[in-house]
Amino acid sequence: MLRVRVIPCLDVRAGRVVKGVRFRNLRDSGSPPELASEYERQGADELILLDITATAERRGTALATVQAVRRVLSIPLTVGGGIASVADAEALLDAGADRISVNTAAVERPELITELAGRFGRQCTVIAIDAVSDGSGSYQVVLRSGSERTALSAIEWARRATKLGAGEILLTSLDRDGTGRGYQCELLRRCAAVVNVPIIASGGANSPEHLLEVLENGADAVLAASIFHDGQYSVGDIKASLARGGVAVRPC
Amino acid sequence: MSNKEVVIVPTGVANLASVKMGLGRAGAEPRLAHDAEDVARAPAVVLPGVGAFAAGMHALRRHGYAEALQTRIDAGRPTLAICLGLQLLCEGSEESEADASDTAPGGLGLVPGWTERFPDSVRSPQFGWNHIEADGGCRHLRSGFAYFANSYRLTEPPPGASVAMAENGGAFVAAFERGALLACQFHPELSGAYGLDLLKAWLGEVGC
Repeated sequence: MLRVRVIPCLDVRAGRVVKGVRFRNLRDSGSPPELASEYERQGADELILLDITATAERRGTALATVQAVRRVLSIPLTVGGGIASVADAEALLDAGADRISVNTAAVERPELITELAGRFGRQCTVIAIDAVSDGSGSYQVVLRSGSERTALSAIEWARRATKLGAGEILLTSLDRDGTGRGYQCELLRRCAAVVNVPIIASGGANSPEHLLEVLENGADAVLAASIFHDGQYSVGDIKASLARGGVAVRPC
Repeated sequence: MSNKEVVIVPTGVANLASVKMGLGRAGAEPRLAHDAEDVARAPAVVLPGVGAFAAGMHALRRHGYAEALQTRIDAGRPTLAICLGLQLLCEGSEESEADASDTAPGGLGLVPGWTERFPDSVRSPQFGWNHIEADGGCRHLRSGFAYFANSYRLTEPPPGASVAMAENGGAFVAAFERGALLACQFHPELSGAYGLDLLKAWLGEVGC
């Protein structure tokens, strides 16, 4: 039986993990490879690395970071952040990524999804969707880390991206991201009802109960960052808690 | 040739960084095959693969690797197939049938059976760790958790093989051993300590 996945996320800027990492047992806790191997040791099922470097040297630093992480990591690695072409994806895959996550560039040019799936396969192509609620029961896609709103329905985009070749959806509620109020379960439920690819829930986790709740609402995997970086819970703590709640996890 | 050398068949569609790194962690010195003769004769060969079945088969046929793989597997030379690599060994795949093209290739036909899509009752691709159950005849495979990333799978154990099975919308073949052939639907290179132990056991037998 397939286990649900617990996925720590590393937000990386200019080669350093950001988002307040406070591990006590690591001397240099902003180092992507150090954090990656620590999370694997704790029982992480996969890792996601999002490069949020905004500068022109982004591409070079992202490749170096992915190479350094791959060297120490023996679980799957999904990489996202600014990927706009097959060539961008290929360079990251050659550096050691196993899956590629696209976001803004795919909204602006949906054929990118088909190009990536055609070249590397659906199982390599992840569509990241950042959604906000409009307050009247709909969710819209937002771009560029939330700074640009669109009229595109997040649920409709999920359905379309899957048809175009995406093999997985990384679904983030920007209303919840960083708030610690828990995942946006309604968004997840509605997305899960219209696609048959796995969905990773993201945005808002602050306790093991939040992860349990969104898994009960149909998520196949849960992404979290601060909850792990803060050192408040290890991946093992979270998985033990999920197991007590009746969720089938891979034992650490 | 170094006795730690492991030759990887370039299927063209595979992302090789993780495979190379995983073999390296297990103590081997991986390199890409020079040519078909290399694939036929090398002491240890890995047939990796992610991506589309038809593209993988075209690459194997174009470079003469298909015949070379048949030669080495018939001769009982140690061969490790991973993910799409396992599926390419079979007679064919529902995936290439779905291409609806007259030129859609069959598989290598070195293992009986066709691979089929997961049923609609489960989400596909299958991403994640699944528990696998190895039968008593396996020399290298152990029961445990391994990482999968696949939309198609073999449901019938190949005759005469020792198998490890897993469950996702019904039972499927997670891996099998037949003589010197070890074929894994999962990714040993992405399966943490479980995968590392398996790669080390295989390399140990190969003499790396």
